[in-house]
Amino acid sequence: MAFVAIADRDHEHALHDPQSFIRKYIWSQDHKVIAIQYALVATAIGLVALTMSVLMRLQLGFPDTFNIIAPQEYYQYITMHGMIMVIYLLTALFLGGFGNYLIPLMLGSRDMVFPYMNMLSFWFYLLAVLVLVAGFFVPGGPTGAGWTLYPPQAVLPGTPGATWGIICMLASLAIFIVAFTMGGLNYVTTVLQARCRGMTFMRMPLSVWGIFMASILGLLAFPALFVSAIMMTLDSVIGTSFFMPAVASMGEKTVHTGGSPLLFQHLFWFFGHPEVYIVALPAFGIVSDLLSTHARRNIFGYRMMVWAILAIGCLSFVVWAHHMYVSGMNPYFGFFFATTTLIIAVPTAIKVYNWVLTIWRGDVHLTVPMLFAIGFIFTFINGGLTGLFLGNVTVDVPLSGTYFVVAHFHMVMGVSPILVVFGAIYHWYPKITGRMFDEALGKFHFWMTFIGAYAIFLPMHYMGILGVPRRYYGYSDAIQFIPPSVHEANEWISISAMIVAATQLVFLYNLIHSYFRGPVADGNPWRATTLEWQTPQTPPKHGNWGKDLPEVHRWAYDYSVPGAPEDFIPQNVPHSEKTPVGREHGVPT
Amino acid sequence: MSLTVAYAALATGIVVWAILVMKLRSKPWEATAAAAPQATGFSVSAKRIGLWIFLAVVTSLFCLFLSAYYMRMGQHAGHGSPMAAGDWKAIRDPTILWFNTVLLILGSITMQSARASVARSEVQQTRVRLFAAGLLTFAFLVGQWLAWREIRYSELFTPLNPAVAFFYVLTIVHALHLLGGLVVWGRTFARALRKDVELIDVRLSVELTSVYWHYLLLVWLGLFAVLLST
Repeated sequence: MAFVAIADRDHEHALHDPQSFIRKYIWSQDHKVIAIQYALVATAIGLVALTMSVLMRLQLGFPDTFNIIAPQEYYQYITMHGMIMVIYLLTALFLGGFGNYLIPLMLGSRDMVFPYMNMLSFWFYLLAVLVLVAGFFVPGGPTGAGWTLYPPQAVLPGTPGATWGIICMLASLAIFIVAFTMGGLNYVTTVLQARCRGMTFMRMPLSVWGIFMASILGLLAFPALFVSAIMMTLDSVIGTSFFMPAVASMGEKTVHTGGSPLLFQHLFWFFGHPEVYIVALPAFGIVSDLLSTHARRNIFGYRMMVWAILAIGCLSFVVWAHHMYVSGMNPYFGFFFATTTLIIAVPTAIKVYNWVLTIWRGDVHLTVPMLFAIGFIFTFINGGLTGLFLGNVTVDVPLSGTYFVVAHFHMVMGVSPILVVFGAIYHWYPKITGRMFDEALGKFHFWMTFIGAYAIFLPMHYMGILGVPRRYYGYSDAIQFIPPSVHEANEWISISAMIVAATQLVFLYNLIHSYFRGPVADGNPWRATTLEWQTPQTPPKHGNWGKDLPEVHRWAYDYSVPGAPEDFIPQNVPHSEKTPVGREHGVPT
Repeated sequence: MSLTVAYAALATGIVVWAILVMKLRSKPWEATAAAAPQATGFSVSAKRIGLWIFLAVVTSLFCLFLSAYYMRMGQHAGHGSPMAAGDWKAIRDPTILWFNTVLLILGSITMQSARASVARSEVQQTRVRLFAAGLLTFAFLVGQWLAWREIRYSELFTPLNPAVAFFYVLTIVHALHLLGGLVVWGRTFARALRKDVELIDVRLSVELTSVYWHYLLLVWLGLFAVLLST
């Protein structure tokens, strides 16, 4: 019985509303506040990465006109841009931001199961970002090793930031992993343990499924980055030879003996490939919910969607070496990884079919979140198809290290997830702030970003097929195989990139202005079924649900149920004559 | 990397199996409308589940370290014919490690007995055994420190030898996990000493601490076996 008493105490704690400003907004244990803290920091550091990309594009597009950055700065920016966007923006925003906000609300819980650890997770994340930024101020500046941080060049003199910069980067990553582990434990345990009455696994919205599986992937994959960060730090600081081979640098033999740079590549990509899905799976989940809600149709093939998420999660651990085809591996290894890479395309394709079939003959409302969701389907198919090229060894070898790769991964894990991020922010903005955003500005933001992204990345495919190498500071006339059209393409790409970057300011203006001046939002403006829209207050107060927790009676996709007075039935509405049982899991009942 | 693949397969297998067993096969639409399926609210076992998930993370960490160890030792399968790394010079593991292993086993046994005492509501026994378990673990760490010293002052010591570097990394990472455990142990012990805290309130803490202790003992036995055999 004593255990029950302890559980009750937690319950009371969750209902206790903190009063002071600091406890409420800064040193807060409330999952919603932590989510917003995560989102704000991620956006801030994301803007830094965006600015760096503009500076790089100025250099690439107009090398003779704008001479703002030096070659070593170009490498530093390219490194920081990649790392920030993948880890500190997308991972943090999807899991720390949306994960934190949505899991308890969608599952009918009061908070995460370990609120204190959740709070620590954010503060460690902030520390990781600060250590990363500190890299700009140490002697030599941040590391310019490329976001993959491959040794030996990452720690050899000649690479920018090879002394202090790389240490800041590795330390920051290690701190981030600690932060993520604390957050991830929370997300997974909350999904397993804190669902409200009636919320079975197969009634969870797909957003939660995506975030849940991504958290599991993160918990198992981030240790690989942690291991490599520790060992590379030791190589750099005390001169061990885990990764550093016997090399001469600047004409002098280094102290290192027979270390293995390939070992680093294996460890890095053992983390790096699941990382793609750590970013993609939450996007998959969220976009499913956006499509279903704004097309007023139940998600097509819910069970298949869940299984696809699980299958992608498992398979993502056995494809890592497709990033290493040109590392001199045994051809049988390449064959194995090409095969697994093609296999993982199957559940991914299933998801794409299901999204398209969800909106097929639906009552599609072209709201701003829906535009972004549809934009995601297009972009993800485009990026996915080029993945088939790069996943095959023989096609990958000539394309490796060219702009084709840059175009592919920007489409599939840059633009696609960020479109979902935008869609999700617009979708949940009324719930988070209690205000509506400006629809016209939102649509402007969508069209400029969507078309602009294609203007930036489509020409890069062409450049890649021509063999234009990536990571170059400039393409002088001495490189004769590059035709003038590439230079023209670079100019247009740069102009497009700057327009897209400027459009993001409109987005930020919309968010900030609407927060103060936007019309007050209804509690459920999209007429959605999931629990977060059924809270007694908007924005939800501490504890989320007032005195009583909700009880779930149906799945998350009861849209357009025949016989129902409205075209949606929330999850917490019991079955009755007026609110009949829907087509749970697509099965007529 | 084969170890890691095996681990990943195992871990994902467990996840899939657990989900299968739990609810994936449920067909809630077959249930009557009135009977909402049972689901848990805040439950004290969240802490237990949280610990097990954390142990999965730590398992991942050590498996990856060991994968790196074997790969660095034999260079790479998949990249030409396997050959031994030329700079790997095996070291003689300090004898004191055997003594330390016994200490950690005793620590784990004592922790288990503390768990048994708390289940039987024996206040004094719990305190004594909990204290003894912490002391034995502390002694293990001191023993590890002596082992590090021994290698430090041996003629084989050089950070350039990957066998030496791995020895330190593996044992220090394990020791840091034990230190983290000792912090939790310290909090648990302090609560067990307080007069205003009922023994039943520390029961879960003792139980989870003992699970963590057994787990780190297993990790140590695995690490020790690998170190001895190479």
